[in-house]
Amino acid sequence: MPTHLPLFYQVHFYLFGLLAIASALAFVTRKSPVSAALWLVSVMFNLAALYVMMDAHFIGAIQVLVYAGAIMVVFLFVVMLLNLGHPDELSDIRGKWGRLAAGGIGLALLAQVMVLARTRFLPALQPPTNPVFGGAPARNAVNSVAEPLFTQHLLAFELTSILLLAAIVGAVVLGRRRTAEAEPVNSGGAA
Amino acid sequence: MIPEALALSAVLFTIGTIGVLTRRNAIVIFMCVELMLNAVNLTFVALSRMYGVTGQVFVVFVMTVAAAEAAVGLAIIIAIFRHGQSVNLKNINLLKG
Repeated sequence: MPTHLPLFYQVHFYLFGLLAIASALAFVTRKSPVSAALWLVSVMFNLAALYVMMDAHFIGAIQVLVYAGAIMVVFLFVVMLLNLGHPDELSDIRGKWGRLAAGGIGLALLAQVMVLARTRFLPALQPPTNPVFGGAPARNAVNSVAEPLFTQHLLAFELTSILLLAAIVGAVVLGRRRTAEAEPVNSGGAA
Repeated sequence: MIPEALALSAVLFTIGTIGVLTRRNAIVIFMCVELMLNAVNLTFVALSRMYGVTGQVFVVFVMTVAAAEAAVGLAIIIAIFRHGQSVNLKNINLLKG
């Protein structure tokens, strides 16, 4: 890690940090639980970007997959299952100007993707080469996390599976309907 | 970048704490707890640049615990909602003497 970081890196670090703080503030001040959940998704995406910028690529990926993709979906599912979201507060797309802004941002992102597709990366930014296609078997993003996880912390990893099993059983038992209690205990196989 | 990341983590944790203390909706309070866990994850990742990759392993464990906590907590919230038709903490005062 060089002591003097390039300006490009610093600008994006502060950008994602400020976006995370702004999204968090919006998250705690929204009235509708659905809006709050979507702002929290924004916080998690910005944090994923920060993880990637801090060389934790695998953590950034599972941040998007697990937090933004799975946990928040469960939250939104429960909010909508309990009918807590207010639909009138959700339709806040402001007609013409909102669509213009969304179209402009979309075009800018598309232009960035086009530029990134034909640019040559700096050596420091190059992704790890795939050993299948003749590169060196480098310690890539997953490898560096997996090796201590399955050697030093193997016991904790196995205990985590017990925790998850207990959580699954607990969620099923707690989420069961009350009418199941009226039946005798040993008729669980029939039900 | 590590001091900035730690400061950002502190700010996010504080926002999450404020949310837990001020919000009334039980589901939103759960989401605030998730935000606090995310702030701690940011600290782990930032410090893993200085002290090796173990911090990222901890983040994996934190995410697992967060998933388990979300599953059980939301099941509890659904049970409470079935009991009282509300998830507002003002209406959940069974322990009040």
